[in-house]
Amino acid sequence: MTAPAPSSALAPAAALEAVPPRRSPTARFLRRAGRNPSFMIGATVLAIIVAMALFAPLITAYDPYDQDIARRLIPPVWHAKGSWEHWLGTDKLGRDYFARLVYGARISLLIGIATVVVSGLIGTALGVAGGYFGGRVDMAIGYVVNVRLALPVVLIALAAAALVGSSLETVILVLGLLLWDRFAVVARSATMQVAHADYIAAARAIGCSTRRIVLSEVMPNILNPLIVVATLEMAHAILLEAALSFLGLGVQPPLPSWGLMIAEGKQFMFFSAWVIAIPGVALASLVLAINLLGDGLRDVTAPENRS
Amino acid sequence: MLLYILRRFGVALSVALTVSIVAFLLLHLSGDLALAIAGPEASPAQVEQVRIQYGLDKPLAVQYLDWLAGALHFDFGRSFYFRETVAALVAERMPVTMTLGAIALGLALLVAIPLGVVAAVNRGGWIDRAALVFCVLGQAIPTFWLGLTLILVFAVNLRWLPVSGNATWAHFVMPAIALGWYAVPAVMRLTRNGMLDVLASDYIRTARAKGLRWPTVLFKHALRNAVVPVVALAAVQFGFMLGGSIVVEAVFSMHGLGHLAWEAIGRKDFPVVQAIVLLLASIYIGLTFLADLINAWLDPRIRVA
Repeated sequence: MTAPAPSSALAPAAALEAVPPRRSPTARFLRRAGRNPSFMIGATVLAIIVAMALFAPLITAYDPYDQDIARRLIPPVWHAKGSWEHWLGTDKLGRDYFARLVYGARISLLIGIATVVVSGLIGTALGVAGGYFGGRVDMAIGYVVNVRLALPVVLIALAAAALVGSSLETVILVLGLLLWDRFAVVARSATMQVAHADYIAAARAIGCSTRRIVLSEVMPNILNPLIVVATLEMAHAILLEAALSFLGLGVQPPLPSWGLMIAEGKQFMFFSAWVIAIPGVALASLVLAINLLGDGLRDVTAPENRS
Repeated sequence: MLLYILRRFGVALSVALTVSIVAFLLLHLSGDLALAIAGPEASPAQVEQVRIQYGLDKPLAVQYLDWLAGALHFDFGRSFYFRETVAALVAERMPVTMTLGAIALGLALLVAIPLGVVAAVNRGGWIDRAALVFCVLGQAIPTFWLGLTLILVFAVNLRWLPVSGNATWAHFVMPAIALGWYAVPAVMRLTRNGMLDVLASDYIRTARAKGLRWPTVLFKHALRNAVVPVVALAAVQFGFMLGGSIVVEAVFSMHGLGHLAWEAIGRKDFPVVQAIVLLLASIYIGLTFLADLINAWLDPRIRVA
């Protein structure tokens, strides 16, 4: 790797240093992103999965809930007994596997995005408050983060889902209330870095309210690392939803969750390994794409932090 | 240093206390437990009887203090479902999870540390890149799916290992791989970065300049220093593994603490769930405390601040 040019997304002065080819921040971002293979692969695979989720009815003619008991567990097309009619086969109730996979992408993406919205709000609010005010506030918030880290996530999520009643909404809420720790840690350290910058002091000197300083001076300058955390936590949430659904306390049947598809296929996996292989590969691809995108974003938005 | 230890210990203790409140409230506030225990067909009189029998009619604070007082000497009451005390159940299942966690951590370190060293020595080379790719790829695979795939390959097709259970050491191989898998990237990255820092330092250059053999420099001088923070990370990872073993134990039908928790959750057996949450959280807090001490011993700047 060549040494990255010293520039900083955090300090506004950096934009002035890079004068020669004057480009808009968006153009610079796109140029850097285009040269980052991790970002490009992640973005491409993710775009394909998002498109599948959005245009599900156009991609498959089958309904993911339509059962056909006469056509149970038809293998995919690359098997001797497979056919193009159900090219990824059918499940134990004769439902088209490709249709369930495509509609299942909606569930994974919904869980990922909704969880990150909830946890991102909680974590960012706590982290910014700790980093900006410091002192006792910071100590109290650090304490809350420590308590959260000590709680075993899977166990708490399972117990809460069992008591409230497991459903899509429960999973989102429970995961959203649990996965904010990394947002808080990153928001805190990023806020501490900018809290003593001159432009914050200037904003304070001209009498801006704390709310205004936080929203229009601090937030834009700590957004980049938070977006990277958001991608990682999105992947984390998707994996956890799959695990919860697999254990029977996440998304409930007949919804086509990928984790649930693996759980339902488990009893048939000894004779038809594809039943768990297909949703497993889908899940791994989605998580891999999001992680690659996150890694790429980190390099693109903050090249000076590259190891 | 003593002051630092005492302060960290105080924090750890109060975090543990807060966790116990959270664990208690979580289960008591997320629904009417008496209704859950009595079942949907119970009459209001039966629900009331259950409420009194389990002490659920007392004020919440009293219930909590009763529970905490018991928990301090490992008396977590009786299980609702199993006809045993919670302490006996936990003691019976604990060794399986601990063994599993220890083997998983051992395997993870055995793979991650050498890989991190090799990656650092060949920085930018193909091994370094392959290791990084492996990290990103590996983290994307869901634990339970990895477990099922291992079963299909090594138990069903190759018939090398038993499918499930925890009777012999062979039963622990696949679950330990599935559980240890996720610790590898973090440990490897830390080893690699630690080694890169150390290898760039003056004393390594001196050691090489005075003609010491490369392996001696690498293992006696460099690795010894790079590995200390890894020990701290390993302690924390072990805590994560105990919490995460619930999924692995479910896949491989191992009767450890995680499996017990899963069963207890399904049966609304909340004394068991509470005890396991408190126990795992306490172990995690203890391990992070240990990690803090290791880091402070290593870096005096931490303990002064």
